[in-house]
Amino acid sequence: MSNVVILADFVGGVASKSTVEIATAGAGIGEVTALVLAPVGQGAQYANSITQGPIAKIIVVESNDFALHGVAAVADVVSQVINEIKPGVVLFVSHAFGKEVAGRVAMKTGSGIITDAVDISPDGTTTQLVFGGSTTVHSKVTSELSIITVRPNTIAANFVEVNPTQEVKSFEVSPSAKKATTTSSLPPVKGGRPELTEANIVVSGGRGTNGDFSVVEAFADSLGAAVGASRAATDAGWYPHSHQVGQTGKTVSPALYVACGISGAIQHRAGMQTSKLIAVINKDPEAPLFELADFGVVGDLFTVLAGATEGIQARKA
Amino acid sequence: MVDGLLDRANVDAVLNDLDEYAVEEALRIVEAHGGNEEGGPNTVTVISMGPERATEAVRKALSMGANAAVLVSDPALAGADAVVTASVLSQLISQGSYDIVICGTESTDARMSVVPAMISEKLEWAQLTFASKVEVDVAAQKASITRTTEAGVDEMSAQWPVVISVVEKINEPRYPSFKGIMAAKKKTIDVVGLATLGTVPTSSWSTVIDSAPRPARAAGVVITDDGSASQKFVDFLVEKKLI
Ligand SMILES: Cc1cc2nc3c(=O)[nH]c(=O)nc-3n(C[C@H](O)[C@H](O)[C@H](O)COP(=O)(O)OP(=O)(O)OC[C@H]3O[C@@H](n4cnc5c(N)ncnc54)[C@H](O)[C@@H]3O)c2cc1C
Ligand SMILES: Nc1ncnc2c1ncn2[C@@H]1O[C@H](COP(=O)(O)O)[C@@H](O)[C@H]1O
Repeated sequence: MSNVVILADFVGGVASKSTVEIATAGAGIGEVTALVLAPVGQGAQYANSITQGPIAKIIVVESNDFALHGVAAVADVVSQVINEIKPGVVLFVSHAFGKEVAGRVAMKTGSGIITDAVDISPDGTTTQLVFGGSTTVHSKVTSELSIITVRPNTIAANFVEVNPTQEVKSFEVSPSAKKATTTSSLPPVKGGRPELTEANIVVSGGRGTNGDFSVVEAFADSLGAAVGASRAATDAGWYPHSHQVGQTGKTVSPALYVACGISGAIQHRAGMQTSKLIAVINKDPEAPLFELADFGVVGDLFTVLAGATEGIQARKA
Repeated sequence: MVDGLLDRANVDAVLNDLDEYAVEEALRIVEAHGGNEEGGPNTVTVISMGPERATEAVRKALSMGANAAVLVSDPALAGADAVVTASVLSQLISQGSYDIVICGTESTDARMSVVPAMISEKLEWAQLTFASKVEVDVAAQKASITRTTEAGVDEMSAQWPVVISVVEKINEPRYPSFKGIMAAKKKTIDVVGLATLGTVPTSSWSTVIDSAPRPARAAGVVITDDGSASQKFVDFLVEKKLI
């Protein structure tokens, strides 16, 4: 059994579901220590938000350099912690930030790195889905330390209640990691809907919406779902880029993905192909996305969604 | 100002889509600062690591307007992982005199989004990645970017030298003109082996054990809407316990 360190992930100062997921992935390999990097004075608050997931211990490091100098500063301190406690495996969440930190840590510690694992076996062998989800690959890091990033929403999280011991440590961010400076920072614009990559259901609209996302949103809201969009829709300015699903957008793998007026280009598939169930509404019976559909409707998305929204609301009433 | 720029050839040896945005951004920076004359002080150099056939991809960047190109090609690099790739590229960059390295945010084949950060780490250059906007202040030798990721929008800046990666919405890459294509044919691509780079690690720290196509999804039901599709859709959601 090797010891595992996870870099805890926070959204608005609160531990995210992804933190529980990487803890779950780590617990299969060994005892999990969560590393909490927080602004000065907020370490306890961050650490106390970790109440679920198989985590044995928390190490808290406070510094305002994390927010100020971003990826480089975080990677610098993660590497220092690794040098001190010498884990066998370090896990990160596979989002832009987590992957970049992992890359720098791999470089700094001279270790191998695997990104976007969807599963990790107890001996550290990872499963990845490549080429838009069409191929399964098993890989393994061969260096002493394994750096692995885990794709959100793919590991069945173990939400066991925990109250891990907390230890505060102090580390200084090295000058070489302070070369880029953040001058302003805005969180993503948030509606009342769940986070796209964390949602259980995602409803996406494409060029077929012709710019009118109101039916897509109403249907999503009736299911408590997140709203996504194809690149055709984000490029046209119909929906914010941050909601784009696909190769150059986000990768989602919800329990259900509903594609409305989306043809199914390979670049779109790359971001949604691993969804557990896929529903497709398109007026063109030849639309390639029907190939992936568990449930498909050849029809007008406005009519079908409006009717379904009514049907769902009627059931709830 | 000299611009170094990276791109990667994928399996088909076509210029990685996302790296066209990097080439475009480098050209724009250089053009905005009066450069891009052959032999002039402001040049764009394309740097790549890959098999010999990657020269075609590199040639595409030259036909867009890049001035020079270096391709590291060596049998010992077959199957290189991200650590090896970043080490080799860093070594090559450190042998030139570049101020700004611009990469794509991810390669279409590997899709790791780690190489730019790793190069920044190795070279100890500032990291300005996931840029949806880049501004360069030549007098102050400073670069500023808007970093756009799922975590939000950050403004970041740093003194040169910097490693930048650009997201696809940053610009609209130009098509090579006929003149550009002809000019690119005359430009030489400097193909170098590992020997010229000194010592760089070539053994990967990660191995692929096996790979297999995923089983095809079980065929689903596709119905044509005759007025009852909405209700059938709701029934499907109920059956799958989603409502
Ligand atoms: C480098 C690169 C990266 C890319 N990255 C992405 C990415 O991340 N994500 C992405 O999505 N795309 C991406 N693309 C673009 C991709 O290739 C497609 O162009 C895009 O996905 C098409 O979007 P769409 O399906 O909405 O539009 P279209 O392909 O135009 O399809 C619209 C569909 O709507 C249907 N329709 C029209 N009206 C109705 C109606 N009333 N009711 C029902 N159906 C209707 C039509 O039959 C059609 O099938 C990328 C492309 C490149 C080159
Ligand atoms: N072999 C390579 N040669 C040149 N640039 C590369 C190479 N590999 C990766 N890059 C650059 O790094 C970016 C991210 O790649 P990756 O981390 O593999 O997703 C790419 O868009 C390229 O700009």
